[in-house]
Amino acid sequence: MTIVKPTSAAGEIRRSFLSGFGKLSLSATAIALLAGNEKLALIGTASAQTANNDVTILNSALGAEQQAIAAYQLGADSGLLQKPVLALAVQFQGHHKQHAAALAKAVQKLGGKPATPLKDYGFPKDKLKKEADVLAFAATLEKGAVSAYLGAVPILTDRELAKAAASILGDEAMHWAVLRQALGQNPVPDAFVS
Amino acid sequence: MRALFAACLLAFFMAGLTAQHAALAATGDAKRGEEIYHRCLACHSLEHNRVGPRHCGLFGRKAGSLKDYSYSTAMKKYGVIWNEKTLDHFLENPMKAVPGTKMGYAGVKDPQERADLIAYLKQATRDPKICK
Repeated sequence: MTIVKPTSAAGEIRRSFLSGFGKLSLSATAIALLAGNEKLALIGTASAQTANNDVTILNSALGAEQQAIAAYQLGADSGLLQKPVLALAVQFQGHHKQHAAALAKAVQKLGGKPATPLKDYGFPKDKLKKEADVLAFAATLEKGAVSAYLGAVPILTDRELAKAAASILGDEAMHWAVLRQALGQNPVPDAFVS
Repeated sequence: MRALFAACLLAFFMAGLTAQHAALAATGDAKRGEEIYHRCLACHSLEHNRVGPRHCGLFGRKAGSLKDYSYSTAMKKYGVIWNEKTLDHFLENPMKAVPGTKMGYAGVKDPQERADLIAYLKQATRDPKICK
C-alpha cells in the first residue's frame, strides 16, 4: 500500500518542505504514516538533531517490524499451522509489511537511511514443534512490539509521527490479544500494557 | 514542646521509610525482571543478535564490543563495562546516556523495574543452559 502521494497543492507544499531537509532550520518534518490519509499534513518545526532522534526511533521500530515479518514467514513455512491459523499469520505478516513500508518511507523523508532486514534472526526453530509453539513465539514478539512502540511514542519529537506510532501500537496489541486467545489465554489480561 | 517532639518523631519515621524504599529499589527481583525483559524481545534475545545485540555474557563485557554485531559509532566509543550501575544508568534513558545509540527507546523509568530487570539479566546472561 502506498504512503502519502502528494499530488494536490497541499502536496506541493509538503514536497517543498521536504526538499529543505538537511538545513538547520526546517519548517516542518512530520510525515503522514497512515496510508492513504493525505489530510495529515507536515507540521511542527524540528532541528536536525531532533529529526535524527526521530530517525533513530523509527529505525528501531522498523527493525522490530522486519523481525516480525521474518518470524511470521518462519511460521508460515513451518508446515505446523492449520489453515485458518495460517491465514491469520499471513494477515498479521501483511500488517507488519505495511508498518515496515510506512516506517521506511518516513525515515527516508526525514533524510535517514532505513534499517535493513537481518539475514538471520536466530529464531528458535528447534523449539517450534507444534502450532501452539509457533503461536506462543509470535505472541512474545507481538508483546515485545507493543512495548517497543510504548517506548517510542513518548519520545518521538514530531507529534504526528507519535500519533502514527501509537496507531501501529494499537495494531500490535490486537495481534497479541488474538494470539493469546488462540492459545487459550486471557486475551486481555491487564488494564494497561507495559 | 509536644508538637516539636511529634514533628521530630514523624521526621525520623519518614526518613526510615525513605531509606527502606531506597534499599528495596536497589534490590531487584529476577522473577519480576523476567516479565520486564519481555518488553525487550521485539529487538533482543539472550542468545542471538537480532535488531539489538545478544545479552549472553553481558556482565563484565565492554559496551559495543561484540565482534559479530554492528553497533553504532556512539556505542563503540561509549567505553563502559556493563554492570549493575552502568546498566541502571543506560536503561533509564538509552538515547540520553549514549547520544547516537541505535536503541531508539524511552527506557525503563521506574527504578524498581530497572533493578528487577538488571537482577534478571545478571542471572539469565550467565545461565549455562541458555548461554552456551
